Amino acid sequence: MLRVIGALLWKDLLSELRGRALLAALVVFALLTVVVFNYALDLERTVRASVGAGVLWVTIVFAATLALNRVFAAEREHALHEGLLLAPVERLAIYFGKLLSGLLFVLLVEAVVLPVFALLYDLPVAQPLNLAVLLLGTLGYLLPGTLLAALAAHARAREVLLPVLLFPVAMPVILSAVRASQEVLAGSAWVRVAPAFNLLVASDIIFLALAVLLFDQVVAE
Amino acid sequence: MIDVRGVEHGYAGKPVLRGVDLQVAAGEFVALFGANGAGKTTLLRILATLARPVRGRVVLGGFDLAVDPQALRAVVGFVGHHPLLYPELTAIENLQFYASLYGVEPARVRCDALLEQVGLMRQRAERVRYFSRGMQQRLAIARAILHSPRVLLLDEPHSGLDQNAAAQLDALLQAEAAAGRSVLLVTHDVQRGIALADRVLVLGRGRVVYACAAASVSATELAVHFAGADGT
Repeated sequence: MLRVIGALLWKDLLSELRGRALLAALVVFALLTVVVFNYALDLERTVRASVGAGVLWVTIVFAATLALNRVFAAEREHALHEGLLLAPVERLAIYFGKLLSGLLFVLLVEAVVLPVFALLYDLPVAQPLNLAVLLLGTLGYLLPGTLLAALAAHARAREVLLPVLLFPVAMPVILSAVRASQEVLAGSAWVRVAPAFNLLVASDIIFLALAVLLFDQVVAE
Repeated sequence: MIDVRGVEHGYAGKPVLRGVDLQVAAGEFVALFGANGAGKTTLLRILATLARPVRGRVVLGGFDLAVDPQALRAVVGFVGHHPLLYPELTAIENLQFYASLYGVEPARVRCDALLEQVGLMRQRAERVRYFSRGMQQRLAIARAILHSPRVLLLDEPHSGLDQNAAAQLDALLQAEAAAGRSVLLVTHDVQRGIALADRVLVLGRGRVVYACAAASVSATELAVHFAGADGT
């Protein structure tokens, strides 16, 4: 399974490096969002952490949705998903390969956006606990997102269908990620961060289990 | 070998295949003809595990589709309407990617040998995006036989090829059959099908309606069965 996941990741990265279709769009979009919100909201020090966390997660969720729309759609355009389905590989390997591709792309966007965000909003985003929240939240959004993107890739209006399906499902992840980031950026003690952080971990585990159970059915005819 | 019994399939309640029976022995080359909409592509997609039959039994290379589809996929090579190649990857990168999926070792040696075989060695480091339709089709054939499948399924593989490339493909397919593979070729080119195959079949109204040795039928005779099968 690892061989297949590695091959998928290598192929997606190489295609992206050559085509540069997705990453550039994601980075520009994410930077625009952060900058526009910074000018629109004249933030007082007292509300900076709570509003800033919201801005950060709006940026990440939108960028991740854009990435998810491309993850399977690019294969669908040339019927390339059939090449994957023809191969004698476990369907889950395809899921994890696509999940890791999406995760890598969104983490790259976050790596570009975070320094700019820290500069504009004057918030301590680089602390380990906040980075852990970002990783868990991004993963938590992409776990059901990858599953639903595979489902929506067959639909004509997939760009519209994916967020409509995904937002209600991913709501526990988004809300707990925003809450956890707010507490971490405000410098709260672990006891205040823990409830949202634990909910985030639990959501990730549940979505992982659901993906393992359902992906085979999603890609079947 | 290919063993298909009583396969049925349909789309949106409309039956396409109504109980197809078909056997292809190891090393046998069979050409399958039929009018548009006869169900040829659907049948090939079922054999390649891209579609599920509503009813019936499919056994390829000794593996039952209903019991062990993953093992079945390992013994099947498929060339459909799309070349299934990544445009931003080079020819060798595409083959190496599929070699990883099929666990082909040593991948580099096998991929280079195939590129040589399909006449694309000089273009091995060029991106597929810049390939002509014919070059893409030749690379698609290399992709399909990369893992030395026991069964080769081809859906109009000659489309888009010029005469030289088509002749090259003919020689390659006959060599594959001679090497003991079961080859099932769907084509509209009656003369080419008869020339290449050991046996010809006509699919009509969702069933195999005519079967005979390729040597015992002419293109004109086959055209009559073709028309009859279409109901025209």
